[in-house]
Amino acid sequence: MSVAIVDYGSGNLHSAAKAFERAARDTGHSQPILVTSHPDDVARADRVVLPGVGAFADCRRGLDAIPGMVEALNEAVRRKGRPFFGICVGMQLMATRGNEHGVTEGLGWIPGEVDKIAPTDPTLKIPHMGWNTLNANRPHALLDGIPVGSDGLHAYFVHSYQLNAADPADLVASADYGGAVTAIVGRDTMVGTQFHPEKSQKLGLHLIANFLKWAP
Amino acid sequence: MFKVRIIPCLDVKDGRVVKGINFVDLRDAGDPVEAAIAYDAAGADELCFLDINASHENRGIMLDVVRRTAEACFMPLTVGGGVRTVDDIRALLNSGADKASINTAAVTRRAFVKEAAEKFGDQCIVVAIDAKKVSGEGEPNRWEIFTHGGRNRTGIDAVDYAREVVSLGAGEILLTSMDRDGTKQGFDIALTRAVADAVPVPVIASGGVGNLDHLVDGIRDGHATAVLAASIFHFGQHTVREAKAHMARAGLPVRLDP
Repeated sequence: MSVAIVDYGSGNLHSAAKAFERAARDTGHSQPILVTSHPDDVARADRVVLPGVGAFADCRRGLDAIPGMVEALNEAVRRKGRPFFGICVGMQLMATRGNEHGVTEGLGWIPGEVDKIAPTDPTLKIPHMGWNTLNANRPHALLDGIPVGSDGLHAYFVHSYQLNAADPADLVASADYGGAVTAIVGRDTMVGTQFHPEKSQKLGLHLIANFLKWAP
Repeated sequence: MFKVRIIPCLDVKDGRVVKGINFVDLRDAGDPVEAAIAYDAAGADELCFLDINASHENRGIMLDVVRRTAEACFMPLTVGGGVRTVDDIRALLNSGADKASINTAAVTRRAFVKEAAEKFGDQCIVVAIDAKKVSGEGEPNRWEIFTHGGRNRTGIDAVDYAREVVSLGAGEILLTSMDRDGTKQGFDIALTRAVADAVPVPVIASGGVGNLDHLVDGIRDGHATAVLAASIFHFGQHTVREAKAHMARAGLPVRLDP
């Protein structure tokens, strides 16, 4: 069993790798965590993690800059059905397209578009930066044992855009920030969080552990 | 529900915490990594490291501190001090920092903010503003940017400057009142509010916290979305949990995860 964290030049993967290693250790699922920029590693991985910080278009350019990477992702996730975890912009990339700094094609795995958040309360700041609780829209293995709702645990968000899933069934959880903001999307063997599990202390490590155990 | 943030700030010099930390039984009160681990356990919402004598020669020491912190603490980390180039920011982020705080380099060259935001995204670029009141008694409030620890007056209006750096891509403002810093008299609320109301991004209030009411004031009256404090936490006057309980009693939304 191996977990590939895709390194495509989008920011720091150190924290993500450490959080996955820690969660693997804590759960006794000592799967090797491999930070890699090689499409072959991704294509044959048992689980794939796609992090991402910055702008949608930049991240897409980063993926495209590695020959064969998008094909490897499609091979592992779409054809082989390996569990996939997108984080922040890595989650947004699952969409049909992103509308940040112009229109950019996404991976097209979850029908929907990535648009700027628009809190109804004008005093709320953008980016949505800080800790928020989650509201579950439907059950999902990633949320097993994690308290949600207003008394639940918190996740750390930092973003100005969100994935608006075309099919409501793909929305697993949201957060309230002057209206519902997409927090977790999921479809088939794919899941993605807008927040950063690797920065979300207790909730984050629990969620990562759930992903490592997930057998969709 | 969205929560306000409490951010302990650690001044780091040559890889050591300045003045030490004595709020819990740390094996080494001067080790920033141990302090970070303790604050993580104590429920801090975010951490800030300030490299107070950053230079080219000792840059590696801070990067090592950041790297070791990121291995042990799964919480957001902002690092500032001597951040002057895109390479400085890249090195910090690659070591595990989530945000880089730019201070003097943004004052002397505004385009740096834009370059940094375009390269790494607005969300990881914090602009630190050190402001001092320059208006006299009876005049309308006016604050200016000061550099070099408050010694150099720049003539730049603090509120205008905040608007400008946000338009260039700053994703957050770390606002320190040089009048209040170290006084324990509370934030400069008028300054905090003037800046927070002027920009669409989050503002972290800093400088002057002496008691827990001051934290409440910064959010409620200053309109900040986060409060930064050092000495009230470092020297054991209050724990982060006490601070949060106090803010919750005042009706502010805080994160009280077990």
